[in-house]
Amino acid sequence: MEREKLIKAMEGILGERGVIHEREQLRTYECDGLMNYRVIPDLVVLPESAEDVQRIVRICHEEGIPFVARGSGTGLSGGALPVESGLLIVMSRMRRIIEVDLENMRMVVEPGVINLHVSNEVAHENYYYAPDPASQSVSSIGGNLAENSGGVHCLKYGFTTNHVMAAEIVLADGEIVNVGGGKANDAPGYELLGAFVGSEGTLGIATKVTLKLMKKPESVRTLLAAFGDLEEAGEAVSGIIGAGIVPAAIEMMDSQTVAAVEKTVKPGFPQAEAILIVELDGPQAEVDSQFQRVYDVCETAKASEIRIAESDEQRALFWKGRKAAFAAMGSVANDYYVQDSVVPRTELSKVLKRIGELSEEHGLQVANVFHAGDGNLHPLVLYNNENEGEGERAEALAGDIVFACLEHGGSLTGEHGIGLDKKKYMPKMFTEDDMNTMQLLRCAFDPHHLCNPGKVFPTPRLCGERPGPWKMHPIQKAGLAEMF
Amino acid sequence: METKLNVQGLEGIVENVTEATGADAIDGVQPQVVVEPETAEQVAEILKFARSEGVSVATRGGGTKQGWGNIPAAAEIVLSTERMNGIIEHEPGDQVVRVQAGAKFSYVQQSLFRANQMIALDPSSKLKEATVGGVVATNDSGPRRYKYNTTRDLIIGAKVVLADGTIAKSGGKVVKNVAGYDLGKLFTGSLGTLGVIVEANFRLHPLPEAARTVAVEVETPQQAKAAMMALWHSQVEASAIELHWGAEKKLVSALLESIPEGVEAKEEQAHVMLKSIGEVRSLNDEEYDELGPYPRPDGSGGEVVVKAALPPAELDGLIEVLTNATDRRGITANLRGHAATGIIFSGFSGNDEDALVEAVEEAREIIVRRGGSLVVREAPASFKRRVDAWGPAGDYMELTKRVKEKFDAAGTLNPGRFLGGI
Repeated sequence: MEREKLIKAMEGILGERGVIHEREQLRTYECDGLMNYRVIPDLVVLPESAEDVQRIVRICHEEGIPFVARGSGTGLSGGALPVESGLLIVMSRMRRIIEVDLENMRMVVEPGVINLHVSNEVAHENYYYAPDPASQSVSSIGGNLAENSGGVHCLKYGFTTNHVMAAEIVLADGEIVNVGGGKANDAPGYELLGAFVGSEGTLGIATKVTLKLMKKPESVRTLLAAFGDLEEAGEAVSGIIGAGIVPAAIEMMDSQTVAAVEKTVKPGFPQAEAILIVELDGPQAEVDSQFQRVYDVCETAKASEIRIAESDEQRALFWKGRKAAFAAMGSVANDYYVQDSVVPRTELSKVLKRIGELSEEHGLQVANVFHAGDGNLHPLVLYNNENEGEGERAEALAGDIVFACLEHGGSLTGEHGIGLDKKKYMPKMFTEDDMNTMQLLRCAFDPHHLCNPGKVFPTPRLCGERPGPWKMHPIQKAGLAEMF
Repeated sequence: METKLNVQGLEGIVENVTEATGADAIDGVQPQVVVEPETAEQVAEILKFARSEGVSVATRGGGTKQGWGNIPAAAEIVLSTERMNGIIEHEPGDQVVRVQAGAKFSYVQQSLFRANQMIALDPSSKLKEATVGGVVATNDSGPRRYKYNTTRDLIIGAKVVLADGTIAKSGGKVVKNVAGYDLGKLFTGSLGTLGVIVEANFRLHPLPEAARTVAVEVETPQQAKAAMMALWHSQVEASAIELHWGAEKKLVSALLESIPEGVEAKEEQAHVMLKSIGEVRSLNDEEYDELGPYPRPDGSGGEVVVKAALPPAELDGLIEVLTNATDRRGITANLRGHAATGIIFSGFSGNDEDALVEAVEEAREIIVRRGGSLVVREAPASFKRRVDAWGPAGDYMELTKRVKEKFDAAGTLNPGRFLGGI
């Protein structure tokens, strides 16, 4: 379809204000939170209802136009990066809270609703929505769903996938299906919802989401402990877990991160080689007793200082310091690259040591701030893009960190997704058979690969291909491209 | 139509091939052989063989849930996972375990208990023979799902063999992981229709130091709901909130787990919360176990067992629908369920099959209309010939068929038993 005709067709569905086609305006949407990849979409459309989405997608299906859905664009792996000659479907106008059902502790929302707004909506009744990615004040539920977002509290409460009860999805052919149980649990059939959550927008577009709410815990207590090195802090983490305690959060920051945070938001953290923030929540008696144990464990692990948040303000300050860590890096480095690998917790100290070595080998600094409780690392590779070749070196270092994590039994990504950024690493973690099997699911949902194509998998098998042994991609066979 | 199975062909793949007996029949469908592979590669060869011969494969773990689902369309080969029964990896510090599908669930739990850990799943304690693979394939769970959710939430990785012999894994052995599609979840509850699960990885939880059950006696469905809602909407953080509803005893109970001082405080809160509803008692483990006849009905008495779900706050309605449908027809129905999850299991027993069919159909019709579901868990084959085990699917049926088609186009695996007869 010619571009002009497509614009007309979209305007027919959405009106003029729902279609963006001027090049300068389109540039607003050329990337998501990962800014080193940029693609200007052919067209941006802003649906306001599931029916809008359905009609848009039907045209894409008929015309073979690829499309990408995008929420607030906070993703850090390029998952919402537009595709060339494709449509970008921006969901931010679909931000109605459809139903608050406190009796059943459920809320039905449109995908453009901001994560934090869900909790705010029911805060006065003492309920909340547990998944809390650091971006929760801006990221949307639809994006959270696509990425299966975590957050500092997912150690105890799980990830988005554990808190989504049902979803209405527009499939790549424009069909609308409802997956999951709705307000009732356990609908018969395959776990289509479980497969959909975290599929990074490649299986369809969620247009309505039923979320599980929770009662706010009776008590919350937070402490901050400073250590002489990362290893001692790691021992404290192991000690806490070993004591059978499941904290709501355990976060670690290294000295570089602390220094950067002190330069910017100034939470008044002690200058130490490692800082641990541990939060417990739950019934008061349980929290009080376990908090004392956590305190003792930190002391045994030779904490040089332990501070207890005595008020909500102080706790907020601890978290402000932690959540500002990424942004604060801007004050000590021109550019930085956020890694998101995971390792089994018992491998943490080995991997951190290896990251230190790699940092020296590549001659670039790496700051560490991470979810210590679940082994999800966020090494920040600091560099200056203005220095010749430093960007490439940073990427190479980031890649080596990924490989080190995989060697220690870890995963490519804990919460940011594969997106465009890490698809080249997928064959390091999965065999061709593994990925082909995942593609079967893709083919059932989206046989023509129109839905966010080119993400997650390096070279997907086409759905028409007969199952059988993997064939090398012709481009690869011709020696024109290398598959990582 | 009788298919003559090439047994020699199978014997070339796997050592343990035995002739099937009457005990191997599934809802009256008689398999010809039972094979016991020892490796994923052997499973792959068996599936390839079955596909080329055009025969069907029914996977079996401990066989405790062979009655679930519809009557198979065919089942020439029973693939038993019994010989793939090891714990492959358990690193307590990582709170993760990797096990072979044929490992007995109870054995895995006992091993984990020694490290003060558990897979936070408690499918009916009667299912001693249940295997990990079976628990995953049926997405089975128990009362503690209230706190920890179900199998699909606790599985973090899986290795499967597809109908075409492809061996594939997804997920891994870290708790936090979003790399690739979550096939472990897709396979959870798929009743062996998408592939054979050969390995599963789970996240673990610490074993609670102390536990106690507080129960309140109720008389009416409304009181049961009130008790459940009080517990559910409180800050007590129970591990399970259960309904026990029989002719003699009607209770709502809360399993309270924590450190000793935590349990004590929770217990006190629960007593205060519930005392206006009825007589409240604290039970120790033994008393709780003796609550009978309330363990989840498992069909061992030859009854029809249903699993009904409605939005949790409609617990009173759910009890009423199930008791109305049965009382009027002289059917005895004991109810046991995960009250705050909105799920009730009920064993219907009565001699008249017509009445049983009517009761199930009536209850299903009402429950589905209210947005829930009613699945027949266990029933005699004669009953299953008359009533579909799953009931109606939503608008996802077509997509469901496409998924099955992609993973098992030839329909080799457990044909006929799943939703919509796939």
